[in-house]
Amino acid sequence: MSDGNRMTLFGLTERAMSAQLVRMNTAASNLANAGSVTTTEAEAYRPIRPVFESELDRASGLSSVRADQLVRAETAPTKRYDPFHPLADQDGNVFEAPVDETAEMVEIMESARQYSNLVQALQTAKQLMLETLRSN
Amino acid sequence: MNTNIFGIHADALMLRSQRMGVLASNIANAATPGYKARDIDFGKALDARLSGERMNNADAHMVYKVPTMPSMDGNTVELSREQIAFAENAVAYSATLTFVQGKASVMTRALKGE
Repeated sequence: MSDGNRMTLFGLTERAMSAQLVRMNTAASNLANAGSVTTTEAEAYRPIRPVFESELDRASGLSSVRADQLVRAETAPTKRYDPFHPLADQDGNVFEAPVDETAEMVEIMESARQYSNLVQALQTAKQLMLETLRSN
Repeated sequence: MNTNIFGIHADALMLRSQRMGVLASNIANAATPGYKARDIDFGKALDARLSGERMNNADAHMVYKVPTMPSMDGNTVELSREQIAFAENAVAYSATLTFVQGKASVMTRALKGE
């Protein structure tokens, strides 16, 4: 954990949950920018993706996950001929953000599945800990 | 004598708790590219503990899981298998805990002279 303590199951799950949250937020941002249009190719929105990295805590043997790096996909924006669009360049073209809506939806679904898995695992672990604590 | 009140169950409970951490790590890293799922070989680790080998962690008895189907990003976590292993481990933990509690209540009753 960040304060130098030993990593516990709670810290581990907390970190993994925030990583999944970052992933869901990036997918939602990509979806929100789907279909956005710009005049130049360079200005067009590129989908963002988090980079997951595992982080081993040697003292406890637990490995959590970290997602503090974001990358932009190097996909080329879609060029569309639309001369009456207010953002069209002098050739009458606009550039559309290359967002694959289906892929983003799948990403969100997978992330939600893994998130609920983490919640369930933590609930079970917490219940066992409480049982151990209450034993008389 | 006092270290042996709980017999095999004290060691088993500690190992179960460690294994829970390892399995939770696997679940947490289900989406990390290149992460290799791990597990504790419970039988071997318990034997080692019983034969007097005292270790802080069960690293020596860590094994890597072999995936049913390898994935493109090198991650070998299979969530369904992890869930089942976690559930099985939780039940076993509960069982061991019941034994420990039983031993503890026997000792308490003996001390109280009931």
